[in-house]
Amino acid sequence: MKDFILPTRMANGDIDMGTPRSKSTTMVTLKIDGFDVTVPEGTSVMRASAEAGIQVPKLCASDNLEAFGSCRLCVVEIEGRRGTPASCTTPVMDGMIVKTQSSKVKKIRKGVMELYISDHPLDCLTCAANGDCELQDMAGMVGLRDVRYEAVANHFEARNSSGDVNTQFIPKDDSNPYFTYDPAKCIVCSRCVRACEEVQGTFALTITGSGFDSRVSAGAGGDDFMSSDCVSCGACVQACPTATLQEKSVIEMGTPERSVITTCAYCGVGCSFKAELNGDELVRMTPYKHGEANRGHSCVKGRFAWGYANHNDRILNPMIRDKITDPWREVSWDEAINYTATKLRDLQSKHGVKSIGGITSSRCTNEETYLVQKMIRSTFGNNNTDTCARVCHSPTGYGLKTTFGTSAGTQNFDSVEETDVVIIIGANPTDGHPVFASRLKKRLRAGAKLIVIDPRRTDIVKSAHIEAQHHLPLLPGTNVAVLSSIAHVIVTEGLMDEDFIRTRCDWDEFAHYAEFISDPRHSPEATAMLTGVDATELRAAAKLFATGGNGSIYYGLGVTEHSQGSTTVMAIANLAMMTGNLGKNGVGVNPLRGQNNVQGACDMGSFPHELPGYRHVSDDATREVFEAIWGTTIDPEPGLRIPNMLDAAVDGTFKGIYIQGEDILQSDPDTKHVKAGLEAMECVIVHDLFLNETANYAHVFLPGSTFLEKDGTFTNAERRINRVRKVMAPKNGYADWEVTMLLANAMDSGWTYTHPSQIMDEIAATTPGFANVNYEMLETRGSVQWPCNDDKPDGSPIMHIDGFARGKGQFIITEYVATDEKTGPRFPLLLTTGRILSQYNVGAQTRRTENSQWHEEDLLEIHPHDAEVRGIRDGQYVRLASRAGETQLRATITDRVSTGVVYTTFHHPDTQANVITTDYSDWATNCPEYKVTAVQVALSNGPSEWQEEYNEQAEQSRRILPAAE
Amino acid sequence: MSPDKITRMANQIATFFATQPDADKAGRVADHLKEFWEPRMLDQLADHLKNGGDGLSPLALDGCKRVLELPA
Ligand code: SF4
Ligand code: SF4
Ligand code: SF4
Ligand code: FES
Repeated sequence: MKDFILPTRMANGDIDMGTPRSKSTTMVTLKIDGFDVTVPEGTSVMRASAEAGIQVPKLCASDNLEAFGSCRLCVVEIEGRRGTPASCTTPVMDGMIVKTQSSKVKKIRKGVMELYISDHPLDCLTCAANGDCELQDMAGMVGLRDVRYEAVANHFEARNSSGDVNTQFIPKDDSNPYFTYDPAKCIVCSRCVRACEEVQGTFALTITGSGFDSRVSAGAGGDDFMSSDCVSCGACVQACPTATLQEKSVIEMGTPERSVITTCAYCGVGCSFKAELNGDELVRMTPYKHGEANRGHSCVKGRFAWGYANHNDRILNPMIRDKITDPWREVSWDEAINYTATKLRDLQSKHGVKSIGGITSSRCTNEETYLVQKMIRSTFGNNNTDTCARVCHSPTGYGLKTTFGTSAGTQNFDSVEETDVVIIIGANPTDGHPVFASRLKKRLRAGAKLIVIDPRRTDIVKSAHIEAQHHLPLLPGTNVAVLSSIAHVIVTEGLMDEDFIRTRCDWDEFAHYAEFISDPRHSPEATAMLTGVDATELRAAAKLFATGGNGSIYYGLGVTEHSQGSTTVMAIANLAMMTGNLGKNGVGVNPLRGQNNVQGACDMGSFPHELPGYRHVSDDATREVFEAIWGTTIDPEPGLRIPNMLDAAVDGTFKGIYIQGEDILQSDPDTKHVKAGLEAMECVIVHDLFLNETANYAHVFLPGSTFLEKDGTFTNAERRINRVRKVMAPKNGYADWEVTMLLANAMDSGWTYTHPSQIMDEIAATTPGFANVNYEMLETRGSVQWPCNDDKPDGSPIMHIDGFARGKGQFIITEYVATDEKTGPRFPLLLTTGRILSQYNVGAQTRRTENSQWHEEDLLEIHPHDAEVRGIRDGQYVRLASRAGETQLRATITDRVSTGVVYTTFHHPDTQANVITTDYSDWATNCPEYKVTAVQVALSNGPSEWQEEYNEQAEQSRRILPAAE
Repeated sequence: MSPDKITRMANQIATFFATQPDADKAGRVADHLKEFWEPRMLDQLADHLKNGGDGLSPLALDGCKRVLELPA
């Protein structure tokens, strides 16, 4: 029986329960201060008290860290026990009788506090943590009134009273751009050290020395925070009970007075945050502990890199121009919208209904994306809609739909806590999906096994307390061959899960597949020549995956962005099915989505062939559903995909495009081709925060709003629909959905939405997987994973539990086909691309924050051997050339890449990595083959001609005329 | 779009379906083209076929004919 039920989702629910929740199902009842409390076995006395609404004073405990028991402030008395045990480290027992207050414990607590305070500066009124400091709170709580100790030595005075230098004093470390470390205020509770280890998994902090001499230190001797391994996730800052680790924004602006729960707008992990504000001024973003994707953790981007929202570069007024060689002219919203509407209609009357189209954004909300595709299908009257998911996860859509029946990952992130063997292929989670990586690393430290399939030795292969059992460093472009070999080993050695296959898949189909895959040409020995992967290592990895317990596969763009991207996704699905790793916790096929709302953009019908909910436009019944609500007819033929739009533009049949929140010139492959396509159009409308690279070729610029300025939802990689909440008014005047509506209405659509919740209601009414989703429900539940309908009223954390969405799972024959992009004498090296933790994709946001301190420029990673034969030294500028183009950037020499392979990131427009990438693409979806380009590298003598021309054009194109009176 | 590009894309699709167990492989190629290619691309394919269809693999050619409803 539980006497007190404490609402854990209290007003933005930040009650710290002191120690982590116990997962035990055995319940224990005890008495605390006379109240009966029932809690799971393994709960601490401290947490049990908190459950009963009684807070025991504490300093070194926090409910996201294992109890440590160092401060002794939390002592209690327990009947029948000697002494005063620390409540944070004492587990509950049935029938225990606890007293949290007694003259004895009070005396001890006061003594403890006196000791702390005697070595702490008493400058509370001017301290940045004033009012938000646990040391202050505890001093108050234990009733500390005076400090009897006269400290002989202390840590906080630079000089003692006689003016001598205090050797114990360490000055403030403000090397990190976002937070400071002020050792004078440290109480050495080690919460920061434990947060860095347990929550983040970086192990950047240690306690050096002992007793009075013990100090927190980042990295090794001589390091500061910036030069240490610290990745600036902020977990230590969050954990620190004092002002020792403190956000610089709080130091500058003061403690926030209100908070709003919202969702990070960077990556597909979709972390929940508390936006903490004073008035409408954002003071800090802190990870929200009840966020089910992140469970209270964050990375440097979501936590700190939000300064772009107020950056001077933001364009706040609409602009138009007749020719892209003209300077921009600032105009009113009315003028901009009418100009655009007229132009688009003119183009359609001259060149046909299908001569215009649009691109939805994976950065924008579901509601905004839904509206853009609705405008294209219903107002423009064609299906020329696409989204940047084309260039990242479209093969996931095709592959998983073919094999399982739905285009989505099968698990929630919590599932990783129960996995035993993990395969990571073509993903670099510590950089791309950092919060997921922290959760994965926690599980790996607890004993799960890891197999990494990646051309590069990524950080997850080996880092503090983690080492992959197997790293298979394959040659870029050989994913299918490697996965087929793994399947070959599993099938020929009889390690498959026959029960699962018989009940959940079609046995005859499997038999056919088994015959195919058992052929000796798929054996690891046979494929080793082309993949470069050691056969023994591959066999061991395959056996480990098939026999090691719950097996899960996580993958990223290193899988999809290939000419066989879709085939690779299906090979992954085959592996999961043959080993029975679907439909429960700890297993599954998990695409790690790049952008915050890639999943949502796909769900919302951004693709030219699919209406919301992945239903083909040729399906009469589906079209009728939308036609009934929209009051227009929908074209039953698929529209153009992004690369097709550009081709059609060059051919002269595609003339106008509305691009919301995407920078295709920088992000899409073969920049020269993209440029040619854009140049050939007569009306390019860019709707964005900044004058991005695409805007250099635009005729209309419509200013966008940030995620802080609008209401809506994002759907993360686990299909979780999370609320985005408006915390301030849009600086540009309108939220993005309103801008789309203005344009649609200027083209006679007559839309009347007044709030995004109405758009969600329309989505729910038309899309079966979203049938029961609405804002009211999200308000009470926090978030929900689709499908969420009458069959699954609580949503679907795990998919395909009793059967696949398509009925039986389908095994697909996955024959390896070498890409046409081959190395040869002119281009002997293979270039592959990726990203880095601190920067985000094209960098439009992160480059406008202090995150650039970690990554100022894109570098080319090259193996020492390849560098040596070319006479390249570390840090030199090199020329990188492919058959598509050339650019120059600096080289960094490392054996992370194998010989024959070079690697770079694509965050900076100056680098123009996509000048190099080609127009080859996935066979099924046209997803570009970013990950394999044959290149040559040589010492360079300055920026390439292209770079110079490009920069000049960009400069010309960004001119803005002063506004007319 | 250049005939080269259209040919390469059609061949890539045919290469995949050539490995699949279906009896009617050309039908699968045609279905895929119908499902994902915008009519303009199919028109360009038709033009290319009229000009001899150079470079198309036999299965790609069959599939293209099927989707364009041309005699095999
Ligand atoms: S820096 Fe903060 S969290 Fe770390 S030991 Fe000092 S007071 Fe504790
Ligand atoms: S910011 Fe994160 S990585 Fe850096 S020291 Fe703190 S917990 Fe560790
Ligand atoms: S992991 Fe992704 S969603 Fe979470 S804070 Fe970082 S960028 Fe944002
Ligand atoms: S909170 Fe229990 S010993 Fe510090």
